[in-house]
Amino acid sequence: MQLNNPNSDIFSRRKTPIILFVVLIGLLFLMRLFYLQVVDHRYKIFASSNVQRIITDYPARGLVYDRNGELLVYNEPYYDLMVVPRQVRDIDTLEFISLLGITREQFETRMQAATRYSRFKGSIFERQISKGEYAAMQEKLFRFPGFYVQPRTLRKYPHPIAAHSMGYVGEAGPSLIENDPYYRPGDYVGISGIEKHYEDVLRGTKGTRIVMVDALNRDIGSFQDGRYDTLAVAGTDLYSSLDVQLQIYGEKLFQNKRGSIVAIEPSTGEILALVTAPGYDPNLLVGRVRSANYRMLQNDTLKPLFNRALMANYPPGSVFKVANFLVGLQEGGITNRTRYSCPGFYRSGGITVRCRTHPQPVDALLAIQYSCNTFSCIQFRNTLELPKFDNMQHALGTWREHILSLGFGRTFNSDLPHELPGLIGSPDYYDRIYGPRGWRALTIISLAIGQGEIGTTPIQLANLAAIVANRGYFYTPHIIKAIGAPENLNPDYLQRHQTTIDSVHFETMVEAMFETVEAGTGRFSRIPGITMGGKTGTVQNPHGENHSAFIAFAPVENPQIAISVIVENAGGGAAWAAPIASLMIEKYLTREVKRAWFEQRILEASFLTF
Amino acid sequence: MRPQFNFFKNIDKLTVFIYLALIFIGWISIYAAEYKEYHHSMFDFSQSYGKQFVWIVTALVIGTVILTIDVKAFPAFAYIIFGLSIVSLIGVLIFGTTVNASKSWFHIGGVAIQPAEFVKFTTSLALARLIYETKSRSRNFKAIIKPALLVAIPVLLIFAQNDTGTALVFAAFVVIFYREGFIPGWMLILGVFAVFLFVLTLIFNEFYIIGALSGLFVIAAIFLRKKPAMIRQMFLLLIIVNAYVYSVDYVYDEVLQQHQRLRIAVLIDETVDLRGAGYNLHQSKIAIGSGGVWGKGFLQGTQTKFNFVPEQGTDFIFCTIGEEWGFMGSFVVVGLFIFLLIRLILLAERQRSVFSRIFGYSLASIIFFHFLVNIGMTIGLVPVIGIPLPFISYGGSSLWAFSMFLFTFLKLDSKRLELL
Ligand SMILES: [Zn+2]
Repeated sequence: MQLNNPNSDIFSRRKTPIILFVVLIGLLFLMRLFYLQVVDHRYKIFASSNVQRIITDYPARGLVYDRNGELLVYNEPYYDLMVVPRQVRDIDTLEFISLLGITREQFETRMQAATRYSRFKGSIFERQISKGEYAAMQEKLFRFPGFYVQPRTLRKYPHPIAAHSMGYVGEAGPSLIENDPYYRPGDYVGISGIEKHYEDVLRGTKGTRIVMVDALNRDIGSFQDGRYDTLAVAGTDLYSSLDVQLQIYGEKLFQNKRGSIVAIEPSTGEILALVTAPGYDPNLLVGRVRSANYRMLQNDTLKPLFNRALMANYPPGSVFKVANFLVGLQEGGITNRTRYSCPGFYRSGGITVRCRTHPQPVDALLAIQYSCNTFSCIQFRNTLELPKFDNMQHALGTWREHILSLGFGRTFNSDLPHELPGLIGSPDYYDRIYGPRGWRALTIISLAIGQGEIGTTPIQLANLAAIVANRGYFYTPHIIKAIGAPENLNPDYLQRHQTTIDSVHFETMVEAMFETVEAGTGRFSRIPGITMGGKTGTVQNPHGENHSAFIAFAPVENPQIAISVIVENAGGGAAWAAPIASLMIEKYLTREVKRAWFEQRILEASFLTF
Repeated sequence: MRPQFNFFKNIDKLTVFIYLALIFIGWISIYAAEYKEYHHSMFDFSQSYGKQFVWIVTALVIGTVILTIDVKAFPAFAYIIFGLSIVSLIGVLIFGTTVNASKSWFHIGGVAIQPAEFVKFTTSLALARLIYETKSRSRNFKAIIKPALLVAIPVLLIFAQNDTGTALVFAAFVVIFYREGFIPGWMLILGVFAVFLFVLTLIFNEFYIIGALSGLFVIAAIFLRKKPAMIRQMFLLLIIVNAYVYSVDYVYDEVLQQHQRLRIAVLIDETVDLRGAGYNLHQSKIAIGSGGVWGKGFLQGTQTKFNFVPEQGTDFIFCTIGEEWGFMGSFVVVGLFIFLLIRLILLAERQRSVFSRIFGYSLASIIFFHFLVNIGMTIGLVPVIGIPLPFISYGGSSLWAFSMFLFTFLKLDSKRLELL
């Protein structure tokens, strides 16, 4: 290895020029930097005239139309006054505050807040200036460098309806901004309803423009010929399945009442009307007044923000006999020909369930028609005590599976806000209440007539009507029919859900419900010229007057509409819920209501108790 | 303690300290350049500063691993490592992906690697071994052929990738050839003089230059009228220089391409092409110039944000430093580089092994070339050539390669008494 003795390094003196050269370049750089940064002031002037303003182009949110192309939601332009603190200089503060109509203190606090946010990025100084106000200040604004306006839009509703379904839009909160890079302070985001569910579709894509601004606060053109600009893309329009006229009518019928209407097109699952009363005007939750109005609605004792159609959890009462009978027919607990006589009550093992007086004896068909409790209890018990079931757990488990396939006991995971699942007790649930094997069919006999430990929501009941109308299947109830164009059907809800009940049993039920309206408990609500199937119900209410319930579909041969109506504190189903349903059906199928007196009676009724 | 496991023994702490300071400055400068108001975390791995943090940590791991390698392995495997790196350069020409018109990247599992960055290191290893093995002490033009060919292989391959900037870096090996006596000093001076005349000719009309030079000759001739032999020699020189000056215009107009001409033209007057080549330089100078003495403060830069300055995290990272930390910041960074370079040269000089000395000089020369070109271009002293500022600019390949380079030399230095 002794090849190169360092002592023979005859060129070692060459390190000196090398080091000198390095030092020379270093000094040259430092001199140049000293000149650029300290001596020459031109670059500081260049930098201050390199004033850019980043303007966000907010796309208009998508519009929402109803199923007939009528507008449900649109946008109204307004302006935000923005400020870039670094660019504010030599302004006449007095004139400025009088132009805006604010106090000096407000001016100072807002400037401080804006400076805290960013010295060189725009932040909102005054929100939501209307077109008229903007026109008044427009020509004076150039005297206030650092201030400029940013066009925005707000939601607007031509009809004060369907507030819960439409939902509302608000400013993006800090946690959203932290987690989703799309959102910036001051951006709007759908907070509830379809505004939230379809946020990604409705919001579009923001654009940004970088413009150069001269010392007089004037826009002198885009930076770098727009090389860094991105175009805003408007939000996509939605086509709701709602029928505006039907929705208006439903909300009108529910004036001075509490309760809900859910109307569904059985062949598609499209929701035609979704009324929850009392409601509110969606225009209340827009813009500057939103939070104040929201607080007001929140404190209202009538709970207008509560969406009864999806969240009210009622024991369904007699309406539920429809589901129970379908299970009984499917499992063989009863047949078409099973008949029992009704002594006006059902009594077994110390338990009594009362019935009313009606013709005797009854089969399944008549039992629906007259809503016979006795027959209902017998069939429920027969079904659960069929010898094919090993035990009660097995029997009730089977019953529950059928009920779940009919859409109860779970949410639809639809595009509707805050849906609740209701309650269909599992065998484990009853084991917990009564202890394992501590319960029999008789223990839970109240389920036979839809009472006791059971909860269903109005939308689930409307879906039951739709299932009967379809003779055995349903589509997920949803409120947005199409996205972008009326023919672009919402892909999420095209899946048909088959129930576990054979269609032949539905034929029996269709006939039974038809007879209910023709000659049974619903006969006062017959619509001349329209065949309708229905089932009345009374929802027991421990806190006061019972709730009136009704489900229906029409026309029987070719159903166009399935509906559930619940009128709280109104008593029996035949008296109030059924007439409302029949008016809705008439309105939807014929576009007009001929029974003026019938309508008048509903409009005048009030069931509000405070 | 068993000494054979004390890998950090005799490692030059001063160099390590400067290295750590530079990578830290780089990381916070990348953060400042790419800073977005809503994403504060410096460890957000979707952002370049988050990725740079990963590169830094892995670079430190690589550096530590290198310190554990037996020092004799470096000369022993120099040719093999060089050969493999050449294979990777050929591979990238065939299988690589194109970024900014240069086909010089391998994309492996979401990570982009630029083999050319590592070739600077491997070429230095091979060159050190080649010169070290040359038994003859005669250093002349014939002796330079083999080393020059060795350097030419990677240069040609990198040119083929259309990565002119990286290829030019290999010019730094001229320093080795000078230091090891392959070329005489006057040749370097002549080179610098030629560049100087070239620029001068572009600023002034070539006939003024020729006139001035001829005038100087006449004055000199008057003083030297007693020595006609010397006047003859000087006259010959005058003819050559004037021919060179005259040809500069020709080269500039006919040989250089338009974009290359503009890069040179804007050095003299950046307003020549404010929407193109002059734009970058102009914005870069505004950013640095507006920094003043003390700078605008961390994250307070206005020019390096908003896209005024292009490539803020990579080639123009020095703009962010200049704007936010002012002349003081520039002074510190330039000072750290000069300090590091002198330290490396002194370390190279104290090696007993020619291999280590050449390798150390290679490291210093290449860092120096990057420093010269990168900072020089941001302040308008050198044409815009896209090469990173070592240890500071964003980029994994560059940081890894320079870290390997530096730690290998530190390892060689730590064992300088064992290696001859
Ligand atoms: Zn009865």
